[in-house]
Amino acid sequence: MSKTKVMKRKDLTWWENTYLPTLFQGLYITSRHFFRNFFVQTMNLFGLMKNTAGSVTYQYPEQRRPIAKRARTRHRLTQRPDGTPRCVACMMCETVCPARCINIVAGEHPDPNVEKYPVSFDLDLGMCVYCGYCVEVCPEDAIRMDTHYMETASYSRKAMQLDILTLLNAPVNRAEQDIPFTPDALTPGSR
Amino acid sequence: MMTEFLIKCALAGAFLGMVLNLAGLLTWVERKQSAVMQDRLGANRAHVVFPKWLFPLNWLVWLPNQLGLFHSLADAVKMFVKEDFIPEGADKTLHTLAPMISVVFALCAFATIPFGDVWNVGGRAVNLQIADVNAGILFTFAMLSLGVYGVILAGFSSNNNYAYLGGMRAASQMLSYEITMGVSIMGIVLCYGTLSMQDIVRAQGGYWFGWLPAWGIFIQPLAFFLFMTAALAETKRVPFDLPEGESEIVGYFVEYSGMKFGMFFLTDLVETVLVACLMTTFFLGGWQVPYLHPDGFHFPWGATIAVPHGVVIFLGVFSFMTKVAMFNWLFMAIRWTLPRFRYDQLMHLGWKILFPASLANVLVTSIVVVWRS
Repeated sequence: MSKTKVMKRKDLTWWENTYLPTLFQGLYITSRHFFRNFFVQTMNLFGLMKNTAGSVTYQYPEQRRPIAKRARTRHRLTQRPDGTPRCVACMMCETVCPARCINIVAGEHPDPNVEKYPVSFDLDLGMCVYCGYCVEVCPEDAIRMDTHYMETASYSRKAMQLDILTLLNAPVNRAEQDIPFTPDALTPGSR
Repeated sequence: MMTEFLIKCALAGAFLGMVLNLAGLLTWVERKQSAVMQDRLGANRAHVVFPKWLFPLNWLVWLPNQLGLFHSLADAVKMFVKEDFIPEGADKTLHTLAPMISVVFALCAFATIPFGDVWNVGGRAVNLQIADVNAGILFTFAMLSLGVYGVILAGFSSNNNYAYLGGMRAASQMLSYEITMGVSIMGIVLCYGTLSMQDIVRAQGGYWFGWLPAWGIFIQPLAFFLFMTAALAETKRVPFDLPEGESEIVGYFVEYSGMKFGMFFLTDLVETVLVACLMTTFFLGGWQVPYLHPDGFHFPWGATIAVPHGVVIFLGVFSFMTKVAMFNWLFMAIRWTLPRFRYDQLMHLGWKILFPASLANVLVTSIVVVWRS
């Protein structure tokens, strides 16, 4: 039979019972944060001390959180040097997709080495679960999920259904304009 | 006679205008201070933007826009245009009357608070105080106690059990802490031997050892803490916000909406300002500026600076406002630092710690006062 160690709960002393020590400790911590952040935020407001952050807030539409390079975001179709899609319409992604959000119609490619090309490549973001299987399974590196576009919200389901043109022409790859991601990028004071 | 009346009206307008503006500003301070304390930025998206051809105005509103000052304005607009809802089975008269009672009594309590010295202007001596009642402390405390009626009526007339329980919690809490508040201030009354607020402030103009201002906080340090705790409980703000308990224990104003809710909200903030004013008057020397005498500064090391009368009065009012603002900052800091008490802890603190301590304080003070006279 093993021995049980009994932990005795400490009674509060008279001084602790007055709540005053904890009150002052708490006030010290909160005021320290208050005065530091107050100073830094005032400086930031007038354009000084830009490298010190007075808050952990990201002011969303103007500022974005850094995203890891490998983050799975909206899809894009990669292009050959001549601008046509690399996709050979092999239907691998359509088959593997657990959400069945990809719908490809294949056509015959004039080049006999390529054999097929997608006449249409429809992807419904409203159904996509962002599992990334389509990227993994693709033998041609024709589909990627590295655009760093995450704002897929829209007023209709129709607007979330992307066709081949939208997927091919992801305007700018946002990954390159993003703030570089470092492991401590999410802790305050490091921006 | 008519001039006297007009002067009193102007004083009341100026002081209550300042109080109401401060209370309105406190809604902003509350948001912003909590945000800065918690490493956030706080509300800053309510922008006022003028058309291009009015560009100087746009420069003018740049700073308020950045600071989010217009959120208070947006709040006020929201309060005014929201539906004013009276629940079925509620007592319409009392339901309407309750928030008004709260606001009116909270504002009445400011009448006896001196915010400046006697100002000699145009051959007249203007006492910078709305009403110089010689039992001013009793008047203010009476008004503060009457404020509980608004809360009880709000809970009682809403025809809602949760509101009713909230009202009951508020009543017992406010009655418990009112006793401590009244008894703890007796020490100050004993020391200065008067119930008039202006006289209490004037009595704090002396010095100890030639340099330490004879403020209430140095004479009655225990009463300072007791009064502050009890007064915070009176304002029903966070460590003591059991009557409201917005998120979990539904409070007495669940059934209120629109401007009636706004009035309860305003009462809370006005009471915070009131408590700050009382603390300043009793414990931080009211409008007294250290080493400032009616003819100028007399520093303990012998230097003197002559200051004209008008500037002396202005410095006094400014010092009063600064102290009030400082106390408001402290109350906000406490509000965003401490978690809420449990109800039994609240009663334990009120009846078993604060009340005996305030009685002991009065006892010791009376012995010392009698022994010294």
